[in-house]
Amino acid sequence: MTGLALFNLFILVFMVVAAVISLRLKDLLTASVVFGIYSFLMCLLWAEMGAVDVAFTEAAVGAGVSAVFLVATVFNVKRKSSD
Amino acid sequence: MSMDVADSFVGGFSFDFGFLAEASAKTTHAGLSALDVCGMVMVSVGLVFFLGAAVGLYRFPDFYTRMHAAGKGDTLSSLLILLGFGLITLDDFSMVGWLLVVKLLAIVLFIMLTSPTSTHALMRAGYEDGVEPVTKGSSSKNTKKEVES
Amino acid sequence: MTEGFTVFAGAALFVLMLPALYRVAVGPTSFDRLVAVNVIGTKTAVLLVVIGTLFGRLDMFVDFALAYALLNFVASLAVARYLNRTRSTPERKPAKRRTPRKKKAKAS
Repeated sequence: MTGLALFNLFILVFMVVAAVISLRLKDLLTASVVFGIYSFLMCLLWAEMGAVDVAFTEAAVGAGVSAVFLVATVFNVKRKSSD
Repeated sequence: MSMDVADSFVGGFSFDFGFLAEASAKTTHAGLSALDVCGMVMVSVGLVFFLGAAVGLYRFPDFYTRMHAAGKGDTLSSLLILLGFGLITLDDFSMVGWLLVVKLLAIVLFIMLTSPTSTHALMRAGYEDGVEPVTKGSSSKNTKKEVES
Repeated sequence: MTEGFTVFAGAALFVLMLPALYRVAVGPTSFDRLVAVNVIGTKTAVLLVVIGTLFGRLDMFVDFALAYALLNFVASLAVARYLNRTRSTPERKPAKRRTPRKKKAKAS
């Protein structure tokens, strides 16, 4: 179990946990924020696998743009999720 | 053409760090130069501070105290860990190494500037949203009941 | 020796991120979750530097970690700013009460 494989394991476990949390949240705004964590960890996974430019784009898109867009849309629709 | 100008400039910059390199080379016995050791000490101290922040984030009863723990703890630990790794990678004292340390210092400075700002923004948003702090007598309803038991 | 220590530091950072994830999962108010997201964001930048040292090409990862700290700051500021806006927009009507309000018993 080299060092990087250990990191791989941790990142994947965290990603699954973040995804499950994001799905179960009732408050849509925090769900979109937890989705931000998911894209943080996805970008960490790319970086850990050595693909730095892909990780960079994922970071710029995931944390920078899509999280903010999700938050912006949450404010135009009802904030509590109906299901 | 501009490359050699830069080289000449760097060359002109006669103060090179050769003597530091020899000094650190002498002290490396098991591949551990003095710089690596104190880099490691800094990183472990940073980890201890982050442990404090994590425990604070986990156990504090209410939003403001958790915010306090998180804001303070993780800024300092980031600073220490980053500087520790800067020292660890600086073992060959070349020009690239110094450039790296300068970039790491830029990250540290950036985190020192932005983390309090974002903590303050969150605090203000929480305060205006009506999150009331836990006072001694009151058991604030937005924390779980297990705090009392 | 330092490579082993770097792996230890990275693993310790991951383990110490667990309380933050716990706070994201359980945090009663949505602001606690925001705090945890903020902590995880800064820690991811530090983790990038750790991975960089592990790979041995730290000069590439350092710029990346710097940009990352920037992005995390922008994201948490935007969310904090938006959270502020919901309360200050007056035209949001309060939700209609489903159960009719019980008439209070008149004091005899």
